[in-house]
Amino acid sequence: MTNRRRLLILATLGTWLATAGLPANAQLTVQITRGVTTPIPVAVVPFGGAGPLPVDVAEVIGADLERSGRFQGLPRTAMLQKPTRAGDLDLAQWRLLKTDFVVIGRVAPDGDHLAVEFELYNSVTGERLLGYSLPAQAASLRLAAHRAADMVYEKILGVPGAFATRIAYVSLEGSGATRHWRLIVADADGENPKTIVESPEPIMSPAWSPDATRLAYVSFEGRMSAVYVQTLAAGTRERVSARAGINGAPAWSPDGKRLALALSQPDGNVDVFVLDLASRSLLRITDDPAIDTEPCWAPDSKSLYFTSDRAGRPQIYRIALAAGERPRRITFEGAYNARPRVSPDGTQLAVVTLDQGVYRIGAVDVASGRSRVLSSGRLDEGPSFAPNGQTVIFAAREGGRGVLATVAIDGSVTSRISSATGDVREPAWSPREKAP
Amino acid sequence: MNRIYSLALVLGLALALGACASKPAAPAASAGGETVAPSSGSTAGAGAADTGQGRTLAGQGAQGADAALLAKTTIYFDFDSSEIKAEFAPAIAAHGKRLASDHGLKVRLEGNTDERGSAEYNVALGERRAQAVKRALLLQGATEGQLTTVSYGEERPVAEGHDETAWAQNRRVEIVYLGGR
Repeated sequence: MTNRRRLLILATLGTWLATAGLPANAQLTVQITRGVTTPIPVAVVPFGGAGPLPVDVAEVIGADLERSGRFQGLPRTAMLQKPTRAGDLDLAQWRLLKTDFVVIGRVAPDGDHLAVEFELYNSVTGERLLGYSLPAQAASLRLAAHRAADMVYEKILGVPGAFATRIAYVSLEGSGATRHWRLIVADADGENPKTIVESPEPIMSPAWSPDATRLAYVSFEGRMSAVYVQTLAAGTRERVSARAGINGAPAWSPDGKRLALALSQPDGNVDVFVLDLASRSLLRITDDPAIDTEPCWAPDSKSLYFTSDRAGRPQIYRIALAAGERPRRITFEGAYNARPRVSPDGTQLAVVTLDQGVYRIGAVDVASGRSRVLSSGRLDEGPSFAPNGQTVIFAAREGGRGVLATVAIDGSVTSRISSATGDVREPAWSPREKAP
Repeated sequence: MNRIYSLALVLGLALALGACASKPAAPAASAGGETVAPSSGSTAGAGAADTGQGRTLAGQGAQGADAALLAKTTIYFDFDSSEIKAEFAPAIAAHGKRLASDHGLKVRLEGNTDERGSAEYNVALGERRAQAVKRALLLQGATEGQLTTVSYGEERPVAEGHDETAWAQNRRVEIVYLGGR
């Protein structure tokens, strides 16, 4: 019996698989559900150059721009000419099609590698706004295309794009005893989904390291919670917190050296702690009989935002890391505000808020405490900012299924991101990765 | 009495392993659709066997009124509350007395919430519920070493619906007797 039991345990362990990323079948589909009233017309002309390629670069750029909800792409069938070089470009034709901006380019051989060369023109003024050559390989053409889209977006709108980024999320398939959790990392457009870890027990709260090379997450393997840090490229992972009770809500410090955590040690009550990853020393930040959880670092590293129900219902507080400071309450509007995520510029918090009896994503102005409701679901949760601060991704329920959704911070654009199978939840938008 | 428990344990373990039993649902929830499902092998872990064993122990190992109380292994809670309602006090007292009378027994208290609100806040709320049951068991003479807590927050609903009926079944602490004896 004991042996049989041990076999069962081993079999179970075998299904908790940490990897450098196996292709996941839970492909996401992104669909714009609301765009700006007058999107900017843009044409991304098919790229010329180096023979058949694995990626249609112009299509990726055009899809990125359209998915932002701020651009209206010109269909290829409507294009009167398909120039790939400046000499062949007749801007009068594009003005005729009421296309304000035109992107042309080609994929050129560059030694053993490739180069994505592209140019952006204003068809009204005739101005050449951008002209770049991005190094790439066949395997990284999509990434180069996303980078080109980021540059076009920033040149026209004046704010950086967030196309060359990734999203971590949890997929849940099956029901009852056959539930199966996967932590997946995909490109921001849903492509290239890779399973990072999978388990028959819950996985939650993925959090990106500031350099986007590692993910911290909570896994309930062995029927207890623990926080893991996994290096994405190598697929190796380390268990950094496995104390009795709760090990949850990991949040990276801006320098990537510390994790803020929610722990229920030593007294069974949940408080916020900071774990130094190198020394493993633990610093208690809050000490209150109420629930203190969901820490989030202010961009200057000097304070943490967190959720606490010390006043009865959950609200957002901020505590300075310097000793002796008392937490200050940030949210006063609404009976429920939880799970703060701070915008990259530090001025706003995305939160889960109770709005007319349902749970929605809100944006709170840190200075004034004023809040706005951004989303329109009933069970919205888990907000995460895009690294450009323009968009918040969150988890929602639609027709009983778990989906992801995005909303522009000004409320103008919304999208839905769903998986063909199962539920998706717990999204975390990656920081910007450094260009190679 | 201990002999009977042991016998029930062995029987329970055999049943649980033989059937590869998975997590049984709470009594009130089983009507909602969650039943003991045969699993596909590797996904049924030691924990699932533990659960089956614990339920058999509770269901078969005692007689009369105690048995009925010990068969109640799920404690339900009001929204955003970790207060133990009066109706569950007798069942918790029965479990506490059993633990006090046999310090070799161990239980895991699994806290859960409904799906509303923020996931990690719900983990904290589920832990608070598990801690409330733990304190009540300690008052009956159970010892710290017999009790572990885990909170799944909103991650492990027994009822899959999205209304108050489902939510009420999901706001719970499950008392799970662990193996080893």
